[in-house]
Amino acid sequence: MPLQLMKGNHALSEAAVRAGCRFFGGYPITPQSEIPEYLSARLPQSGGIFLQAESELAGINMVYGAAAAGFRAMTSSSGPGFSLLQEGISYIASAELPAVIVDVQRYGSGLGDISQAQSDYFQATKGGGHGDYKCIVFAPASVQESADLVVEAFDKAEEYRNPCIILSDASIAQMVEPVLLPEERGIDPDKAWAVRGKHGGEFKRVTSTMYYIEDFDAYIKNKYDTMAHNEQRWESVHTEDADVVLVAYGISSRICKEAVSEARAQGIRLGLIRPITLWPFPVNAFSGLEHVKAFMTVELSALPRLDEDVKLACEMRVPVRHFLGGVSIPDSSVITEAAIAILKEQR
Amino acid sequence: MLSITCAGFGGQGVLTAGLILAHISMIEGKRITWVPSYGSEMRGGTASCRLRIGDSEILNPFFTTMGALVAMNHDAVTRFEHSVVKNGLVISNSTMVKDHAFRGDIRVVEVPATDIAASLKNPRGANITMLGATIAATRLFPVETFADGIDAYFAKKGRNNPLNRECFLRGAAAVAEV
Repeated sequence: MPLQLMKGNHALSEAAVRAGCRFFGGYPITPQSEIPEYLSARLPQSGGIFLQAESELAGINMVYGAAAAGFRAMTSSSGPGFSLLQEGISYIASAELPAVIVDVQRYGSGLGDISQAQSDYFQATKGGGHGDYKCIVFAPASVQESADLVVEAFDKAEEYRNPCIILSDASIAQMVEPVLLPEERGIDPDKAWAVRGKHGGEFKRVTSTMYYIEDFDAYIKNKYDTMAHNEQRWESVHTEDADVVLVAYGISSRICKEAVSEARAQGIRLGLIRPITLWPFPVNAFSGLEHVKAFMTVELSALPRLDEDVKLACEMRVPVRHFLGGVSIPDSSVITEAAIAILKEQR
Repeated sequence: MLSITCAGFGGQGVLTAGLILAHISMIEGKRITWVPSYGSEMRGGTASCRLRIGDSEILNPFFTTMGALVAMNHDAVTRFEHSVVKNGLVISNSTMVKDHAFRGDIRVVEVPATDIAASLKNPRGANITMLGATIAATRLFPVETFADGIDAYFAKKGRNNPLNRECFLRGAAAVAEV
């Protein structure tokens, strides 16, 4: 399979079908609309179902139903639409069903605007809906990762019977890069837990598993502890001797990689931790970094979000600063300058 | 690594020109990123895309200064000329950009792309004509190699039009004449 030139949203959609996704229910909103647009043509070709729902609420609850039948199902949204999905995500988590939810982040609260942002971090990682649940949150930083991580998300969703979130943004979604698409896989809806309808199978309830699992508190805590322990993913760039380590995911990590490269060329020891999972946050990436003098998050949001998790991960042993953007995309040189300023403070 | 901005009116094919450049660069083994201008754009307003083409991993798809500007109209020159690096390149569509005093510290190639495309009875090929000038002036690829790439690109889309190659070669030839 040769490299293809694809937009982030298209690569993600194609990879979802190849990963066995056979149901999409959702509602258009920029900058994620290429996902339902693509799947509206592609899913019927592969025997799947695409449904443009009357609202995001309907879409996520259709996903709930398709997932209960054992099929790989997904939805996607942006901005206010992602807020509307939260109740349904909580229900899917509560029923312990797999699903993939894509949030292509856009700027601002309320209606906001269609440009890139990373402001939905808390909503995705801290449980945007009610109750005791977590979603594994994957943050692609390229078109290739948009394809790779959606496959991973479907696999992990099924492994843990838990919804997974892909936290993309308008930049990654709209940019075009070469991508090697995953191989087409078959489907396997015949799960022990899946409902079969009146023509087969035993009686099953699709509801919160808390109603029939004994010692549910311990059970559910153990489930999420296991995920937190096993599913941390990250990329470290030159952290081994870094004085200041940048922490950034998605599109901002790309700008930071350039900043690290430029800083190193000037003899400045800058490093980068790029979380690939945002929940579980890759706390393991921060061990063995006693030489680091400060961390700086780089976030395309008006308010800091990621920096709270970095403060926890490094246990506040060193200062944690943040560099914010959003409406305009910062130049890598400005990030390097900010890191140098922090370094001067520490001397 | 070369950073290129293609800009013009919506409808002049600037995004497509960028995509063709990205596609053929990929086929020829280069690493690339292509990012469209993105916002609440108006119909008929300025459209642009940014490309980075290089031999190693493209770290950051964004940039504020560029090595080359492909300007399809006057507005593109006004908006982006100041961001071209010293000794950088501007390919200017001289059918649309007239009487402009360009900076003295950059290389300017003026190509009447809209006129050339119209004279070849392929009026929507002005963007391809500009690509010809871009390839000839940057020497990113041999002109014939890229011309074959254009044929293959349109053939794959089922829109084979020999006039596109013609536009491309005329654009490339215009650079030699300058």
